[in-house]
Amino acid sequence: MKIILRNVNLVNPGQKINLSGTNVIIEGGKISKIGSLDPEDFKGEKKEFDLTGKYLVPGFFDMHVHLREPGREDEETVISGCNSAANGGFTGLACMPNTEPAIDSAEVVSLIKKQAADHLVNVFIIGAATLGRKGEFISPMAELKESGVVGFSDDGVAIKTAAILKRVLEYSAMYNLPVIEHCEDETLAGGAMNEGLNSTMLGLPPLPSVAEDLIVARDLLMAEYTNGRIHIAHISTKKSVELVRQAKKSGVKVTAEVTPHHFTLTDDSVKTYDTNYKMNPPLRTKADVEEIINGLKDGTIDCIASDHAPHSAEEKEVEFEFAPNGIIGLETQIGIALTELYQKKILSLEQVVEKMAVNPRRILNIPVPKFNPGEPADFTILDTDEVWTVDFNQFKSKSRNSPFNKKLLKGRALGVINKSRMYFMGEYFDI
Amino acid sequence: MPLTNRHLLGLQGISKEDIQLILDTTKTFREVLERPIKKVPTLQGKTVVNLFFENSTRTRISFELAERRLSADSVNFSASASSVTKGETFKDTIRNIEAMKVDMVVVRHSAAGTPQFLTRVCDASIINAGDGIHEHPTQALLDMYSIKEKLGKLEGLKVCMVGDIAHSRVALSNIYGLTTMGAKVSVCGPSTMIPRYIEELGVDVIYDIDEAIQENDVLNVLRIQLERKAREYFPSIREYSKYFGITEERLEKNGKDILIMHPGPINRGVELSSSVADGLNQIILQQVTNGVAVRMAILYLLGTLN
Ligand SMILES: [Zn+2]
Repeated sequence: MKIILRNVNLVNPGQKINLSGTNVIIEGGKISKIGSLDPEDFKGEKKEFDLTGKYLVPGFFDMHVHLREPGREDEETVISGCNSAANGGFTGLACMPNTEPAIDSAEVVSLIKKQAADHLVNVFIIGAATLGRKGEFISPMAELKESGVVGFSDDGVAIKTAAILKRVLEYSAMYNLPVIEHCEDETLAGGAMNEGLNSTMLGLPPLPSVAEDLIVARDLLMAEYTNGRIHIAHISTKKSVELVRQAKKSGVKVTAEVTPHHFTLTDDSVKTYDTNYKMNPPLRTKADVEEIINGLKDGTIDCIASDHAPHSAEEKEVEFEFAPNGIIGLETQIGIALTELYQKKILSLEQVVEKMAVNPRRILNIPVPKFNPGEPADFTILDTDEVWTVDFNQFKSKSRNSPFNKKLLKGRALGVINKSRMYFMGEYFDI
Repeated sequence: MPLTNRHLLGLQGISKEDIQLILDTTKTFREVLERPIKKVPTLQGKTVVNLFFENSTRTRISFELAERRLSADSVNFSASASSVTKGETFKDTIRNIEAMKVDMVVVRHSAAGTPQFLTRVCDASIINAGDGIHEHPTQALLDMYSIKEKLGKLEGLKVCMVGDIAHSRVALSNIYGLTTMGAKVSVCGPSTMIPRYIEELGVDVIYDIDEAIQENDVLNVLRIQLERKAREYFPSIREYSKYFGITEERLEKNGKDILIMHPGPINRGVELSSSVADGLNQIILQQVTNGVAVRMAILYLLGTLN
């Protein structure tokens, strides 16, 4: 079927495209025309969308998602996670290997790929950096690479020792794949919230920011030494942002991501003991958030990722100290980025697209969708003006652990197009 | 004049007027405790559940006695927090209790914030009997009442909390309550046991126990936890007692008449020498008696709110 997207604004910083009020025709899943329409174009079976005032951008990509399959299919599956991604405005995601079993073999990789094969959303896979994420032996990285993984990580924890980190960086450098680090010194880990006045006043076990900074510093030094590629996942402290900025200046192969909660919330939110504010790294202070915003502006932080971490209500609705870390984010992320960064003029729309569509793919060596006739149509359709209220009952994720429920946002994704399918206003159809 | 809040979750943010009301009411019940028949019918027909997820015989008995002396119907529920970490059990427990239509819940739990959690899931008035290392408001109130009983006032007094401040719910509640009542609070202990940013609560930090003795009117000495986990914060019991323990020699050396308090149970020879624990300056057993009166006051004030 022919799809005609009328009077839409085109933004693709990957190609330096910024066109307003143009038309896009998609046929057989590929872009067939960009520009003014002829009477010819309206012939045949077609579906038209008037997208006046809306934006067509390269499909958004979330490089930090926990799909929970295999192991915790009660919390999320590959399919429910993909539905959540599509509903949130994403056409691609990378899933983390802390499943049960961990993604440390070609078998687990192919299982996940098989589940995702028919979905609109492209699922890419991050393999474990070490066997079973235990930090003792490096994983079969060559085999994992061959089976299609796009990066390595022991996410949930940092790579255990400097010695094994060195080998992981050396080995992955052969394939130019990034090592994605959850930066947290294990001997300082275990706290329930950021160490500070709030942890003192709330009586919650503290997790000091220096636990993150120490591993960021270690990893940057090791990346420099090995000439390997390091990607700092969910950066959350002022000091870590400064360290990454400095390392980038001196040519270290480092990239960094931040989650929407770490650029919007502080540890003040924990005062209610609501476990939807419990995650790792924990929410930090105002000074940290301000430096993260600086890092987003000056490019120290390359991309925004959700760290989508589904948990069952039974597990999350407990005493704060006993609750598992993590919140879901796929279906609120674009709204938060548009509301908090774009509407507040911290980032331009181009920059938002760069950080949520272009850079994550570049980090993982995945081609960025191009706006040329003949290219596959891989788009997110954005409405930057719609004011809406988050309602977690509308989520397609299996889980509900979001601190953003009932939050008023301005801007959202209206739909996505990818793999000859379209998801628009809550419905999938083949195109 | 009733209390402003229908729960007692902590002393943070509790007004001077409310604390004064509790202390004044405590005085009335303190007198009741001196009578031959120590029972009043005030809470007849009210049901109180003592929900103890952590072992604390002293606090539980104190609440139970307070409840009986007010003629309330009370039920005890004890479970170890570890057996309910699965979560479902904890929530089920709470739902069960809610279904029993109780008027008040006294809760003790090893995890901070549990009383706040309870206010969201059940209708009863919640009284915090100690939540993790967060707050222990009834202990702080009985400490404050005991100081006032002995020294006649709180305003302008200098009170030092001594010991493991970072892992103490008693310290935090005392800091909030005493500061509100116009006392000047300091803390003294090894730096590893002083939480970061505590100064921002208006508290002075002292590392020298002699200075703490000289500078203060009251020392509220906390129990040092002796199990392995807590032991990571100081080199040895010997070193702790040598540099932070309160001994008779130390009090004599500083030539100071100072009030010594301890929430109990005492590690004799660690934070307090036996001679100090039994000496003339201490009011440790008065604290225990006042504990019942304070808890009667709180149960009364919350139980008769509407
Ligand atoms: Zn992580």
